[in-house]
Amino acid sequence: MKAAKGSVFKYGDNVDTDVIIPARYLNSSDPAELAEHCMEDIDKDFIHSVKKGDLIVAEKNFGCGSSREHAPIAIKAAGVSCVIAETFARIFYRNSINIGLPIIECPEAAKAIQNGDEVEVDFDSGMITDVTTGKQFKGQAFPPFMQKIIDAEGLINYINMK
Amino acid sequence: MGMTMTQKILAAHAGLDRVEAGQLIEADLDLVLGNDITSPVAIKEMEKMNVQTVFDKDKIALVPDHFVPNKDIKSAEHCKCVREFAYRNQITNYFEVGQMGIEHALLPEKGLTVAGDVIIGADSHTCTYGALGAFSTGVGSTDMAAGMVTGKAWFKVPSAIRFVLTGKPAKWISGKDIILHIIGMIGVDGALYKSMEFTGDGIQYLTMDDRFTISNMAIEAGGKNGIFPVDDAAVAYMKEHSKKTYTVYEADEDAIYDETYIIDLSKLEPTVSFPHLPENTHTVPSITEPIKIDQVVIGSCTNGRLNDMRIAAGILKDRHVAEGMRCIILPATQAIYLQAMEEGLLKIFIEAGAVVSTPTCGPCLGGYMGILAEGERCVSTTNRNFVGRMGHVKSEVYLASPAVAAASAITGKISSPEEL
Repeated sequence: MKAAKGSVFKYGDNVDTDVIIPARYLNSSDPAELAEHCMEDIDKDFIHSVKKGDLIVAEKNFGCGSSREHAPIAIKAAGVSCVIAETFARIFYRNSINIGLPIIECPEAAKAIQNGDEVEVDFDSGMITDVTTGKQFKGQAFPPFMQKIIDAEGLINYINMK
Repeated sequence: MGMTMTQKILAAHAGLDRVEAGQLIEADLDLVLGNDITSPVAIKEMEKMNVQTVFDKDKIALVPDHFVPNKDIKSAEHCKCVREFAYRNQITNYFEVGQMGIEHALLPEKGLTVAGDVIIGADSHTCTYGALGAFSTGVGSTDMAAGMVTGKAWFKVPSAIRFVLTGKPAKWISGKDIILHIIGMIGVDGALYKSMEFTGDGIQYLTMDDRFTISNMAIEAGGKNGIFPVDDAAVAYMKEHSKKTYTVYEADEDAIYDETYIIDLSKLEPTVSFPHLPENTHTVPSITEPIKIDQVVIGSCTNGRLNDMRIAAGILKDRHVAEGMRCIILPATQAIYLQAMEEGLLKIFIEAGAVVSTPTCGPCLGGYMGILAEGERCVSTTNRNFVGRMGHVKSEVYLASPAVAAASAITGKISSPEEL
């Protein structure tokens, strides 16, 4: 599986799906259109400064709230290559795996990594490297069943392959 | 080692004698639900699948409720997509405007959710049906698509937190005060990945509407589901509304719980969640400085049921909302709307200076029908008070029971009905 490398956008606890993609834009399901408003209510500059490959790092309970798959879709379509958090809300976690957005739970990395750091993630080993500080962290590995879904790049492909 | 109520339902649907927390299973689904926001994404995903027929046209429910009657052209396109899919696949339980209601009030009322079921819905508040003793949980659109085709979903078997409810709640204390109290106690991630299992002799004092409200907001504590034992009240509800066969599961006496909380309902006071998280709870008597409000919303999948309407009407009767107050009341289904009309509740609302709307999720998620401007405050019986949830990022939402919301509409500040 490929690796992620980019600069970090850092957020705190309980980043909810209403700030990731406000409901006033849910009259669309077009990924590119959703991406234009990604993180708008918490960080107006995000969408103007995010580059393909960049990462989001957050603390506890990232993606809490609604079940809108539009949230991970918007993050993925904005070019984000990986989200690292101390913990994820359950439905967001499921949705991310199902659409093939790599996400990793790693409390140590979530605490230590700062906004703007250059970070590299090796998905095979789960190793997270903060290139800016030189620190390394071991992210939680996926259970084999979920790894199969991720390797198939989403649940639909996984089912098609069965 | 015994199993929790949730674990027993999941084991039975996975064809296993027993399961334990952390185990990955594939379970058969009794119902797959979607709405006008999540279904179009699911339908697009389904088009990528090798098999494109639904597993059972009777076990899928499609409820356009978020932005209907269509709020704009894009919403109309989404609803059209869902409608055409429903007709193409002969979906039995598609509910058009005129028959629809807010999904989590509508499905139990239509008898589609019963004890022992495993239900997934592409809406986070799908956990509502735990009130009837079902395992139900919110998922995303891709899970919905997979569920519609295969009739199955994968789950990680959750561990559980037990909430023992004891004692009789005071007059104005409802299911909303109980669940807000619990979320305040354990936090918005206090039950992350876990099931919330409610037990105790206090349950006998809770109406089914109270229990729907409590299970509905399990997700606001991060819970996978929130489930009640099946008692006489639950059985009576199912007999009145459903022809489906139900199965009663009970937790084993030696079931393992990560934690147990004992909550004396007789000690609870009217509770409000302050901006911008449901865990930020305060009791109304503890509020010292008046909090002036601009709008009140009474409705939603959390609190738009008949008892909620009755409680609000009991307070608004022969009174009038404060000057400058916008009070928006949304009965959650057509049946509730009609019953509220027959009982004279709508007349009370209108005479009190409130507006009554057709069923819609609109204002709860800042969609339409009650958007807040910069700096405005709303007391709402809905379920989330995140930044920008009901409008401008600098607006504020205070979550409360229908009783507190109605009282606050009259005084123009956050108030308990006791103060009137």
